[in-house]
Amino acid sequence: MNLNAILSDIETVDPEAYERLNHAAGRTSRRNLFRLGTKAAAVAVPLAFGASLKTAYGQTSNAAAILEILNFALTLEYLEDSFYKAALAAPGLIPAGDRAVFQQISTHEERHVGFIENAIRTAGGTTVTRPRLDPTAKGAYPNVLSNYQTFLTVAQALEDTGVRAYKGQAANLISNDDVLQAALQIHSVEARHAAEVRRIRGQKPWATSTDNPAAIAAVYEGEGNVTQGGVNVSSLQVSGITLGASAAGDAFDEPLTRAQVLAIATPFIGA
Amino acid sequence: MFNVMIDSVACNGKVGRRWFMQVLGVTSAATGLTACSNLLDDENPYVGGVQLGRDDVGVLNYAYALEQLEAAFYTQMLTTPYAGITPEETQLLTDIRDHEIIHREFLRTALGGDAIESLELNFGSLNFADRAAILAAARQFENTGVAAYNGAGKLLKNPDFLTLAGKIVSVEARHAALIADLLQPRTAYFASDEVVAFNGLENVQTPEQVLSAVRPYTGTVVNGDLLPTT
Repeated sequence: MNLNAILSDIETVDPEAYERLNHAAGRTSRRNLFRLGTKAAAVAVPLAFGASLKTAYGQTSNAAAILEILNFALTLEYLEDSFYKAALAAPGLIPAGDRAVFQQISTHEERHVGFIENAIRTAGGTTVTRPRLDPTAKGAYPNVLSNYQTFLTVAQALEDTGVRAYKGQAANLISNDDVLQAALQIHSVEARHAAEVRRIRGQKPWATSTDNPAAIAAVYEGEGNVTQGGVNVSSLQVSGITLGASAAGDAFDEPLTRAQVLAIATPFIGA
Repeated sequence: MFNVMIDSVACNGKVGRRWFMQVLGVTSAATGLTACSNLLDDENPYVGGVQLGRDDVGVLNYAYALEQLEAAFYTQMLTTPYAGITPEETQLLTDIRDHEIIHREFLRTALGGDAIESLELNFGSLNFADRAAILAAARQFENTGVAAYNGAGKLLKNPDFLTLAGKIVSVEARHAALIADLLQPRTAYFASDEVVAFNGLENVQTPEQVLSAVRPYTGTVVNGDLLPTT
């Protein structure tokens, strides 16, 4: 499967997706356009979550745009899930001392897949076809499943991309409290994964402007941004403490657009 | 005059705290307050505490209060480092302290005249000399912070504020993972089943839960009663 196949899948599920996407880009008051009549008390329960989405679906076509975002997230989760399962199954790849970490990450990715699949189906949507993983990214990392350092490099790239991907969609989900909250709850788990992988790899746990895992520069594009909400945060000072040189950029993780994320993810999708 | 101020400012639900304090302080016995009786009935005028406020400003003040707490905590941690702290740990904790200070100063700057005052904080119950104890406290602060932001996202109405909150919360989650890894290296502790539910989703806490959890450390009472709930 390739990127075009994913996009055409989305189109099949929702023929008006692109039109709505363009409309959504105009950032109208989606909160008003798409307000749920009732709120699910427990968003952690996929059934209630999906049902609330289904209720919304009947109210406005904007729910279809949200389903499309969920399928985008699901595509990333499929790739991560397949990636860690392949790595855990690769003999001698992950040292025994680090195995508990990757078992935990793998479990989370599997459950993210299940949660999002369930949500989409319960809402009456159709999940995208699970892409076939190419862990080498079209040959860029030929030894990813036999060399631990290569594996860690790719794992870090995938996790940091996942964090940026969810972050980039948060504002697009502002109209639906339940979906937004669930996305944020997954987002922070991906950030924990990213931090731990980076630490094992000997990097600082926070993304820095100098990050650049070989050949995946796009993963960190714009991470050095120091202008937040119109404030130059590198100019903030406090008496008695000299803030670290990279702290202003590191204190904020930056979002990526869907197009940026798909550009990074596409090489990992096998034919 | 004050009557007009109350009508036009306090009753629109978007009053900045200073305005509100000013109005309350000056006219608490004035008949003008009846113009705003509904507002006052709702919130039980606080005594000696800090009112976070309503709407997005209230939510940002909520974040600002938590960042004040975290920044002060790590500043203290580095002022009185625990026994046996390593150079690497000092560097990592210094990074975290700087992030929290920047979050705090950013929110203070962004809120401008709507920002709550600097809170009185009290960490007297914590043992900063003991590595395991103080890192456990740090882990609790970070986990609470992440759960707080995870729950606060939906309370925001402005999508730009939501994205900003997203930019901060993932850094807090990175802190949380690192602190856990310092306590139990290379285990599942960095994203344990205690903070990530069976469905793979991290915990969420309401402002009420969070403000209650941090109450032992806030000398100033922080009142979130006016915060939105959706």
